[in-house]
Amino acid sequence: MEPRLTLADCLRHHLRLTGTHVGCEHGVCGACTVIVDGAAVRSCLMLAVQAEGAEVVTVEGLSNDADLTPLQKSFRRHHALQCGFCTPGMITTAHALLSEEPDCDAARVREVLSGNLCRCTGYIPIVEAVLDARAAYQPKGRDRSGDRA
Amino acid sequence: MKLPPFDYACPTTLPEAVQLLATSNGDAKAIAGGQSLVPMLAFRLAQPSLLVDLRKLPDLRGIRISAKGVTLGAMVRWRDIEDDERLDTAHPLLKAAIAHVAHYQVRNRGTVGGSLAHADPAAEMPGIAMTCDAEIAVVGKSGAHVIQAADFFQGALTTALTPDEIIVEIRLPAWPAGRRWGFEEFARRRGDFAMAAAAVFYDQDANGKAHNAHVGVIGVADRPLRLPAVEDVLNGRAIDATIIAKAEAAASAAVDPQDDIHASAAYRRALVGTLVERALKRAAA
Ligand SMILES: Cc1cc2nc3c(=O)[nH]c(=O)nc-3n(C[C@H](O)[C@H](O)[C@H](O)COP(=O)(O)OP(=O)(O)OC[C@H]3O[C@@H](n4cnc5c(N)ncnc54)[C@H](O)[C@@H]3O)c2cc1C
Ligand code: FES
Ligand code: FES
Repeated sequence: MEPRLTLADCLRHHLRLTGTHVGCEHGVCGACTVIVDGAAVRSCLMLAVQAEGAEVVTVEGLSNDADLTPLQKSFRRHHALQCGFCTPGMITTAHALLSEEPDCDAARVREVLSGNLCRCTGYIPIVEAVLDARAAYQPKGRDRSGDRA
Repeated sequence: MKLPPFDYACPTTLPEAVQLLATSNGDAKAIAGGQSLVPMLAFRLAQPSLLVDLRKLPDLRGIRISAKGVTLGAMVRWRDIEDDERLDTAHPLLKAAIAHVAHYQVRNRGTVGGSLAHADPAAEMPGIAMTCDAEIAVVGKSGAHVIQAADFFQGALTTALTPDEIIVEIRLPAWPAGRRWGFEEFARRRGDFAMAAAAVFYDQDANGKAHNAHVGVIGVADRPLRLPAVEDVLNGRAIDATIIAKAEAAASAAVDPQDDIHASAAYRRALVGTLVERALKRAAA
């Protein structure tokens, strides 16, 4: 593998996992976000060789063959996408956040998503979709699906 | 914007890493988190022949806290600082400043050493290094030595490092309990580089007078600055509304920012005064 190959291009061109989108290619838009060893990172700012030995989860790895996941369903329910270009990065970022901080509040969701550009939705439905999906990330027995922004 | 071609090495010992950098005629570069270097490569602002990845070097890791102060390994990420609860008391100013660095995903990769070496004039970590009289420990082909923060930053994206040198760690002097401090930043969007920011701290004597005042600013010059003129206003005084107003005026007068695409010089001068004022109000509260 050429050292100059970014993780984003490795995923898209070599592994044909085109769910990871590439917008700016210099770390500004967040469309290329993937999860490396549990942490959300921008795959256009990481060399594929730097991911040697790491576990990389893309948006494909977060989907569920049979049905949409609770986070995906929440995006659909809240109309949290229009053109869909930013969506893979939003889903991976939100998944990482909710896995780490299932109790995050609206301010925290806004802060985290501020690193991901969306030129269609105006963000409000995305923030609502993420907040609404928190319930699915709660340790068993807790349900906060009624909480709102 | 594909990256230019380069070779890649991932050494497991520090001497090996130094050797790789030293034998490439100044044409090799270290890579830490890649959050500044990879964009530079994408824009062809850097075209090294070799990248030396620092990720497997154990000497560059970890946050150590002792009576002498806080030591951050060069490979400590923003995320590690954010997650370390000991720093809430061991260095609250550092913690507050680092909360402003970049966005979620960048914070999972970007490192202390990378930020110091990159030396963006609006970056928080160099500003804290300057404000707190930090020492930067480096290793190169001539051995290990320590560079004072005041000597380290030499201009925009320019430092005292030679091409074979690697930052090992940064040492921040101990933070006494009861120290007064404030950090204020203005950016159009949280996580973006600062338009400007101000860091202040001082200690108080038994009569409530300030001493050992340190005032640093970023985003208003080609490097982070200390503002001794503002420190002079504070030292030996009780920090009340009159002194804070004087400090604000002194801060605006002490900087000489340039017009750029983000803001005019006059705006930045006013902004620095306001940020110093707010930081002092917070410190004195
Ligand atoms: C969208 C975005 C927003 C950002 N916002 C901010 C912000 O608000 N504030 C801020 O401060 N930063 C910001 N950054 C930059 C970020 O903090 C970088 O992580 C940091 O500047 C560089 O750290 P790095 O580990 O990624 O270094 P790299 O990109 O790997 O390296 C940067 C430079 O440092 C050198 N280097 C790295 N480590 C060492 C070492 N140990 N010894 C010697 N040389 C070394 C490299 O050779 C290179 O020249 C932002 C970045 C992005 C992409
Ligand atoms: S494509 Fe990676 S951040 Fe825009
Ligand atoms: S849905 Fe189009 S960019 Fe977000």
